Amino acid sequence: MVAVQEQTVSVWENRISPKVQVAGSGPPVVFLHGAYGLTWDPFLDGLAEHFTVYAPEHPGTTLGDPDGIKPLDNLWDLVLYYDELFAQLGLDNPTVIGHSFGGMVAAEIAACYPQRVGKLVLLSPIGLWRDDVPVKNWMIMPLEEVVKAAFYDPSGPLAQQMLSVPEDEKEAQDLQIRVTWSLACTGKFIWPIPDKGLKKRIHRIASPTLIIWGTGDKLVPPVYAEEFGSRIAGSRIEMVEQAAHLPQLEQLEHVSGLVRDFIQS
Amino acid sequence: MKVSMFHLMPYRDLPDDFEKKYHSVWVDPPWTELGDPEKVGQYYNWSLDELIHAAKSGMDGICVNEHHQNAYGFMPNPNLMGSVLARATNDMDVAIVQMGSTLPTTNPPTRVAEEYGMLDTISGGRLVAGMPLGTAMDATLCAGITPIEQRERYYEAHDLILKAWTAQDIFAWNGKYYQLPKVNVWPRPIQQPHPPIWIPGFGSLSTWEFAAQHNHCYCFLSYYGPKTGKSVMDGFWQFIGERDIEPNPYRAGFLQLVAVAETDAKAEALYEKHIQYFYNKSLHIPPEYFFPPGHQDYRSLENNVRKGIFKSYFDKLDKIPNWKFKDFVDEGFVIAGSPSTVRDMLTDAVKDLRVGNLMVLLHIGSMPHDLTLKNIDMFSSEVMPHIHDVWDNQWENHWWPEKLRTKRQASIAAL
Repeated sequence: MVAVQEQTVSVWENRISPKVQVAGSGPPVVFLHGAYGLTWDPFLDGLAEHFTVYAPEHPGTTLGDPDGIKPLDNLWDLVLYYDELFAQLGLDNPTVIGHSFGGMVAAEIAACYPQRVGKLVLLSPIGLWRDDVPVKNWMIMPLEEVVKAAFYDPSGPLAQQMLSVPEDEKEAQDLQIRVTWSLACTGKFIWPIPDKGLKKRIHRIASPTLIIWGTGDKLVPPVYAEEFGSRIAGSRIEMVEQAAHLPQLEQLEHVSGLVRDFIQS
Repeated sequence: MKVSMFHLMPYRDLPDDFEKKYHSVWVDPPWTELGDPEKVGQYYNWSLDELIHAAKSGMDGICVNEHHQNAYGFMPNPNLMGSVLARATNDMDVAIVQMGSTLPTTNPPTRVAEEYGMLDTISGGRLVAGMPLGTAMDATLCAGITPIEQRERYYEAHDLILKAWTAQDIFAWNGKYYQLPKVNVWPRPIQQPHPPIWIPGFGSLSTWEFAAQHNHCYCFLSYYGPKTGKSVMDGFWQFIGERDIEPNPYRAGFLQLVAVAETDAKAEALYEKHIQYFYNKSLHIPPEYFFPPGHQDYRSLENNVRKGIFKSYFDKLDKIPNWKFKDFVDEGFVIAGSPSTVRDMLTDAVKDLRVGNLMVLLHIGSMPHDLTLKNIDMFSSEVMPHIHDVWDNQWENHWWPEKLRTKRQASIAAL
């Protein structure tokens, strides 16, 4: 387990103060988390053994800064915000890894600022839409249903961990508030359908790109791997068996290896 | 006291197994399986007739509201209903209470200013202008409004409508959500500076603040009766007291389900199945639809989670499927029984909650037309006269159309 440092930075004329978790040493890698908020997990831990990992919390999802979402009206603002945040952290063209909602944000940054992103890793990203295979709207699904769709093994320990509620009442409340507000803040950029124009811009992505998808993903079905892959020149798709929407945790070693080799190649 | 009949215009013939077979009464009940347009035409006409009958019976006001994609109550444009009601009651001193056009989903919101202008002019200045935020189902799921933006949109729409009604000159509106180069609403209302404004709410702190700040009437629209509503209304009056605002009971409204018959036993026999239909079918809504993340602002979210409000609310709802008539009455969800039972309970409730503008839901769930008329008749003749005097001598109802503030004379005679 590496030592994780927490940095709080000020962005957007000091109106947004996200927490950024930083760990490890080596070339910089930015990790953009999904809609349920940032959790430092074994995948990030493994990455930090080889790279300097920067994991910022999306605007508004940082405890103590719920209003951090207010200055950003739309996706255009959000992409500009990340450009500022990267500058603030002294990152010129890091590898950017994005998961789910964070994958959409990573793809948008890479499309708007092709020079900003050294390499791009998309873990089950959202951002494209097919009427015949809709992406599930997790904001109106009970958690139990989300877990069934998001995990290859909904009864396994990883899935059960997502369903578990802390025994301490205050901690349980904190968790409920934190998760609900994370969904609210990330939802600002994707409601009601996560198709906000990436399809018009995605051809601009110039970074070497690795797309990773669990074959059992029922939240964002695996057909989307090809939708992303066919639009990003020179990208590579890796389908992961026995994994759903969180392949980096469900097949930790395999996916960690894929990502590490891709960044180091 | 001013008493208005509220109508939801629900689907009255949902199948017996509806709540088991379908996910929700709102947003996604399939019209192609459940909806019968011929029947629905009959419901609309019955609902209008019932409200006009209530006006003739001496009620002070008649209320309709806006909801979408559901079998719970579907007047997607309440002003279509309101215009029929305004025209049909032009010889009566009854208020047309629109509770009303949902602000964040009406685009541009000047449309509300115009339609309310039409209703106030058609009715000769008898409009009460309700300004709802809208349920999450209507705004976020049916109209696609981003949950975290619903309330912000609402505030902006409210300010735009007020300015459109009161500005001396044509103006440009450069808002966050609405940009209009020239605002010049035709027609403006008869009532000056504007019709009384009622804000329906569900107990959130932000809505109290908003109503108090603008001196509007706050209406707690609950289906859970005075016992459950007590903590909300106490909170509201404490909030008013702390700000040194006049504690005029007419500053508050409350919705109550009411069912009257000759005796308590007869009320049970007549109304039980319709009350069960209302709570089990018309309110069959999954919790995720009520509160998509962001629908509540951070402060309200924190308040609700810390105080366990969501949990106690949904825990209670879980028990309702097994309730009988007696349970609904004992819990105060429905005030039902003989005229004397209803009089006593209702008088206690409005005094206890300190409410001057009472709305009564006299059509409940699957109630047929004839039974609704009977409920209206019994309520108007045997209950309303006894509660009409509450508050009247002490306070002026600033939140009622000025020309209608004196007591209706025709009450019983109109029958």
